[in-house]
Amino acid sequence: MSVLLLADHDKGELSPATARLVAAANQLGPVDVLVVAENPGNIAASAAQIAGVRIVQVVKAAETAESITNSLESLAQRYQSVSASASSVGKDVIPRLAAKLDIQPVTDIVAIEGANRFTRPIYAGNALETVTDPQPKHLLTFRASAFRPAASGNAAPVENLDLSVTSAARFLAAHRTESDTPDLATAQIVIGGGVSVASAEGFQLIEKLGKTLGAAVGATRAAVDAGYAPNDWQIGQTGKIIAPDLYIAIGISGALQHLAGIQGAKKIFAINTDPEAPLVKIADVALIGDLFEIVPQLIAELEKSGIRKPQ
Amino acid sequence: MKILVAVKRVVDHNVRIRVRPDGTGVETTGVRMSMNPFCKHAVEAAVQLAEKGQASEVVIVSVGPKQSNDVILTALAMGAHRGILVETDAALETLTIAKLLAKVADEEQPDLILLGKQAVDDDSNHVGQMLAALTNRPQATFASEIVVKGSELEVTREVDYGRETIAVPLPAVVTADLRLNTPRNAALPMVMKARSKPLAVRPADTFGVDLTPRLTIEKISPPAERVPGKTVGSVADLASAIASEVNEMEAL
Ligand SMILES: Cc1cc2nc3c(=O)[nH]c(=O)nc-3n(C[C@H](O)[C@H](O)[C@H](O)COP(=O)(O)OP(=O)(O)OC[C@H]3O[C@@H](n4cnc5c(N)ncnc54)[C@H](O)[C@@H]3O)c2cc1C
Ligand SMILES: Nc1ncnc2c1ncn2[C@@H]1O[C@H](COP(=O)(O)O)[C@@H](O)[C@H]1O
Repeated sequence: MSVLLLADHDKGELSPATARLVAAANQLGPVDVLVVAENPGNIAASAAQIAGVRIVQVVKAAETAESITNSLESLAQRYQSVSASASSVGKDVIPRLAAKLDIQPVTDIVAIEGANRFTRPIYAGNALETVTDPQPKHLLTFRASAFRPAASGNAAPVENLDLSVTSAARFLAAHRTESDTPDLATAQIVIGGGVSVASAEGFQLIEKLGKTLGAAVGATRAAVDAGYAPNDWQIGQTGKIIAPDLYIAIGISGALQHLAGIQGAKKIFAINTDPEAPLVKIADVALIGDLFEIVPQLIAELEKSGIRKPQ
Repeated sequence: MKILVAVKRVVDHNVRIRVRPDGTGVETTGVRMSMNPFCKHAVEAAVQLAEKGQASEVVIVSVGPKQSNDVILTALAMGAHRGILVETDAALETLTIAKLLAKVADEEQPDLILLGKQAVDDDSNHVGQMLAALTNRPQATFASEIVVKGSELEVTREVDYGRETIAVPLPAVVTADLRLNTPRNAALPMVMKARSKPLAVRPADTFGVDLTPRLTIEKISPPAERVPGKTVGSVADLASAIASEVNEMEAL
């Protein structure tokens, strides 16, 4: 019943969501982690510390969909489940691997109901589908934010695999957003800005509020399309799925594609000029008014009260 | 270059869907249907390549019921050249759809296959990647820019850390993200013209692909409803509501 889990990583570091994925995969059986990276050292060492990991296997290779899929494929035979995060990498490789193995995958899992029963959202989260997977092998992606992280303190063995993988696609360049805000997918507090924030400078105000609270910063598609915020800040059906304890939505109408990304938030607060905005309607706490007046005052109030950031 | 574009007919993305009370599915009767938004970006990309003289033919394929003709016609009105409907009333899984599309790709031998990155009904985000595997082609998913460089494409992809550019040799599979382009609204003369473009209808059960689903859908349920909240009167009240949330977090 063992599970192979592909580790997500960026800039030579293991993704902070991995401990959540290990916890999810562990509900199905013992978990072996696979790291595919050009510089896997640190990543593998971090993965080995997560409780529940049996062994970390390492392939030194380019990080294209083909080379990751080939690495997974060469190990897949030994596992009953092959899994990954429902991240841009997991979404890229699990369906490709599934077709090679002739398995229908189950992706975006938010709840594990049994050894082969899973729940996943459909229609932008407006419905939940529970499926039974009777296939001999399960190909799965989990939404990290839906699971609590596994503990650390493990020292699993790290094994280097000598695989030669090929890829017709070649990596050319990364274009990243330099930002020191916490990871959106796992942050405890998230501040979101809409198109009414009106400029990249406006988003600096949102970021400042984020800093005051130790929060991650996100945006609507409209704000990203307008060029006010980078694409990796987008929250929603097409963007990141978040599940913070607190989401503060500023100047966001609450289109259903945006709501798709925030359904896992425990509490939702809204600042909006329109009391009828769908986001205001679903908010736990709403303040009606102009964000450009409210946000600076709010930062001042919070600083005055000397609020302690989580962690 | 010949381009095959796969398009899906789905519940229109502006419709707020209702889960049937008996848990058997989502109410789709009498609901407005249209082309999956991501597929529109794929069609637009193909038509733009044709207009730039970089593509010679744009073929549209859709798998679904007879009414899927409508979304093929939409694509033809946008400027595609001909259409293929792989007709079935059955609800197919993504792997089955990918296998049917792979058969069409075998027949058509396109240099580039364009798809949407995900269908907004099942939200799977599978078919492009599966089709790439089945046709043994490289893939570039979640594309926000496509540049033709000789016998290669340079594709910029939207990924979790930002964007990245990769090179894929043709033949290849590319899936479209929303920032790839702005899909056109076909003018009436184009809509009229679309009706005279070739559209072949092929029953899905004639491709030698097993259409039986692998997974059993047990139930479809609505998401948990949120309890209604309150409106506060001042910034100070909002700040103290935030502070009390943060304090509770620390108590965890
Ligand atoms: C296929 C598809 C996928 C999509 N995916 C996503 C996705 O992943 N994420 C996403 O977010 N969207 C997505 N969208 C877009 C979505 O439908 C909405 O267009 C978008 O979320 C709206 O963004 P917004 O709330 O910033 O803008 P608007 O809808 O324009 O809302 C602006 C809000 O700001 C308020 N406001 C205006 N001025 C002020 C002020 N001074 N102070 C305070 N409030 C003010 C207004 O009352 C309004 O409520 C998708 C759309 C499609 C078709
Ligand atoms: N029934 C279908 N017919 C044609 N293309 C499809 C069909 N289903 C999915 N696709 C294509 O695959 C993409 C991704 O769909 P999905 O994997 O279902 O999220 C869509 O945007 C379409 O381009």
